[in-house]
Amino acid sequence: MARIVGIDLGTTNSLVAYMDNGTPRVISARHERAMVPSVVALTDNGLIVGDPAKEHLTRNPERTVYSVKRFMGKSLADVQGELAYFPYTLTEKGGVIRIQLGEKSYSPPQISAMILKELKLRAEAFLGESITKAVITVPAYFNDSQRQATKDAGMIAGLEVLRIINEPTAASLAYGLQEKTQGTIAVYDLGGGTFDISILKLKNGIFEVLATNGDTHLGGDDFDQLVADLLLKEIRAQHGLDLSTHPDHMQAVRLQAERAKIRLSEELKTTVTLDLPDGQGRFTRELTRDQLEGLCNALVERSLGPCRLALKDSGLNPTDIDEVVLVGGSTRMPLVRQRVQALFGKEPHCELNPDEVVALGAAVQADILSGGTTDMLLLDVTPLSLGIETMGGVMSSLIRRNTTIPASAKEMFTTYVDGQTGVDIHILQGERELAKDNRSLARFRLKVPPLPAGVPRIEVTFLIDANGILNVMAKDMRTGETQSIEVKPSYGLSDQEVERMIEDSFKFAADDVSARKVIEARLDAGALMTTTEKSLADGGHLVAAEEVATIRTALSALASAKEGTDPRAIRGRMADLEQAAKGLTVAMLDDSLKQGLQGKKISDVT
Amino acid sequence: MNGHTHNTDDRRELQMARSMCWHCQSEMAGEYFCDRCVKVQPVSKDLDYFTCFGLPRRLVIDTQVLEAKFYELSRAFHPDFYQNKSDAEQSISLGNSAMLNTAYRTLRDPIQRAEYLLDLEAGAVKDIRTSPPADLFEEILELQETLDEFRESNRASEQASTLRAKLDADRTNLEERQRDMEARLQQLFSRWDTLQDRGEATEQARTERNHILKDMRDILSNRTYVKNIVNDLVATIS
Repeated sequence: MARIVGIDLGTTNSLVAYMDNGTPRVISARHERAMVPSVVALTDNGLIVGDPAKEHLTRNPERTVYSVKRFMGKSLADVQGELAYFPYTLTEKGGVIRIQLGEKSYSPPQISAMILKELKLRAEAFLGESITKAVITVPAYFNDSQRQATKDAGMIAGLEVLRIINEPTAASLAYGLQEKTQGTIAVYDLGGGTFDISILKLKNGIFEVLATNGDTHLGGDDFDQLVADLLLKEIRAQHGLDLSTHPDHMQAVRLQAERAKIRLSEELKTTVTLDLPDGQGRFTRELTRDQLEGLCNALVERSLGPCRLALKDSGLNPTDIDEVVLVGGSTRMPLVRQRVQALFGKEPHCELNPDEVVALGAAVQADILSGGTTDMLLLDVTPLSLGIETMGGVMSSLIRRNTTIPASAKEMFTTYVDGQTGVDIHILQGERELAKDNRSLARFRLKVPPLPAGVPRIEVTFLIDANGILNVMAKDMRTGETQSIEVKPSYGLSDQEVERMIEDSFKFAADDVSARKVIEARLDAGALMTTTEKSLADGGHLVAAEEVATIRTALSALASAKEGTDPRAIRGRMADLEQAAKGLTVAMLDDSLKQGLQGKKISDVT
Repeated sequence: MNGHTHNTDDRRELQMARSMCWHCQSEMAGEYFCDRCVKVQPVSKDLDYFTCFGLPRRLVIDTQVLEAKFYELSRAFHPDFYQNKSDAEQSISLGNSAMLNTAYRTLRDPIQRAEYLLDLEAGAVKDIRTSPPADLFEEILELQETLDEFRESNRASEQASTLRAKLDADRTNLEERQRDMEARLQQLFSRWDTLQDRGEATEQARTERNHILKDMRDILSNRTYVKNIVNDLVATIS
């Protein structure tokens, strides 16, 4: 069976991992870290992804997409409140958000697919084989539309998504594998954009989720925004400058806010410095950890509500929890750790890197699916109740939240009018009484043979599969015939739209490959330039001044080639630089040998 | 959302009715797997949840045994272990897992278990009660009035806090009643099980059985009524 990789498709960063002889490992590309920033930028050389795209956040904010996960499976109306924060343009087509990048617009699954493709390429380069199958993680509290959108993204990226699994439960698999834990554990997962809490019972290799809760709109992004808002307010007060008209500076403020927040997890105070537009000087401010915590306190507090609900749904008290596990970059904040510790009354675990643990768990699940790991089994739940709209606009629940999946419910439908040929069914997800207060998942029309009222009996089965995704089947109880149901998702892509996007992605694959070659050449050039600069600084005195000048010339030739778009030119100038620096390299090697030999006898080195 | 058709379902059901393996057509002796070709078999719709878990049809069961059997069957049926198998087997695995999860959820909870078993033994038990049980009539009526007053009151007012205090007391009281009813149910469950264990077909046994059944039905529907009132109360004051 072909290898299955595990992918953590995050709001801020994404990772791919694989199982290496029973141990999950994350995959990193040459010269790079394993985390790929979930950022896509449209440049003059086409679309780029990850670290190089992140550089465009301030340079090219209108054409650089970040935090796209927040828009998965959403309509424009859902995100109206935060549109002002995003410098790129969002529109809507057929209930699906579109993101404008230059001439073209893309759906969130298409943007996510670009990130997935980058991860796929990394995995292929590292493992030396073609990768076509993956397990992708989603926040546990994601609804059906958001899960389906994630699956669509995988398909568009050329990946068969064998399983969508929940991030906190993935993390528990990685921990369980390592610790062989038994008992009841709580996984507190605060990422870049989403928050989840899952309570699990671990027994003899079975990971049974008892309850899950969360907030798909609470994460590190929100902390950054609070700090950024404070900085913007102060810049306005002190310099009379409204930066909201400068998208590039808005992004710079957001990035500085994020960095300051990260530093304050280690330090008690830090300095934020920002260059103001049009040479209007510089803004400097000291920010203390206390001030940051004052800003973020209410948000951290907000995460505790879902924790209490999950405990209540699992019928447990905080003291019943044996272990608490922290997942997601935002759990590095001391305030978060304190609050979680206070709620559960025990020190949380964070032995595994909170940025990597979800991807590692996805790799474990991938190994279970391919038959490698057989002693572990994850029994997850559906986070939200599923139901249909009944008379009077009330939601009638068919499958309650926290039901173990796969789960199914059957409902019998009939007609009220003689000769009626169809029954409209509206599927909902959520916990509220009224249909309009819940998430509309889909509508479909059940075909009914024209008969007297009340005679037709159509049994509809609603089945939530192991991915947490709904499947609908209908059966005429009189004839025993099954009927296929064409379901139009309320906030998702139709099958045809996904098909077309897959075709498009092949069409643009050629462009992508050349864009990728440029990016790789630039990255390699950057690495070579850095090491050469270092050699010059350390060993420049060992060679003649003319030689140093030659190296400097080659360096600047490479620097200008790097700005261009021709990967061959970049590689050519790299070769030139290596040639020019050959003397320096040899001189440095000789020098270090000489240093090493001093005070040693010949017999020691031969 | 995926629209799915399962046109092979009927054929399979027909074969199961004849106790034949859907795959190799041999006569089925194994429980959930064909003895000959080792293929997973769809769990029959007629199989009750107790039999599915290998448990006696009793109201008081060993939940440790139930959990162990649930884990064992999960390992046998879960779709994770059918990823490399045929579409037919994947579909059976999905259906069996969904059925297993429903069965476990039903039997794990003593009240749901009782409602399910009494339905099996004696037909639907759950009378949907629309008016308060006699012994609670006055109390519930008064509670409804307090709830209405509270809903109309200004939440910051002194009147509201007086009403809230009263509602809190009512809640404690009703929850106490609920626990009482559950304790009485537990006793009835044991008596029912003892009677079933004896398996006597005498007139006296039949009368006692009907008597216990009636009591259980009354308490079960009163309990549901009280539970809904408490939920309503909690939703209003929180």
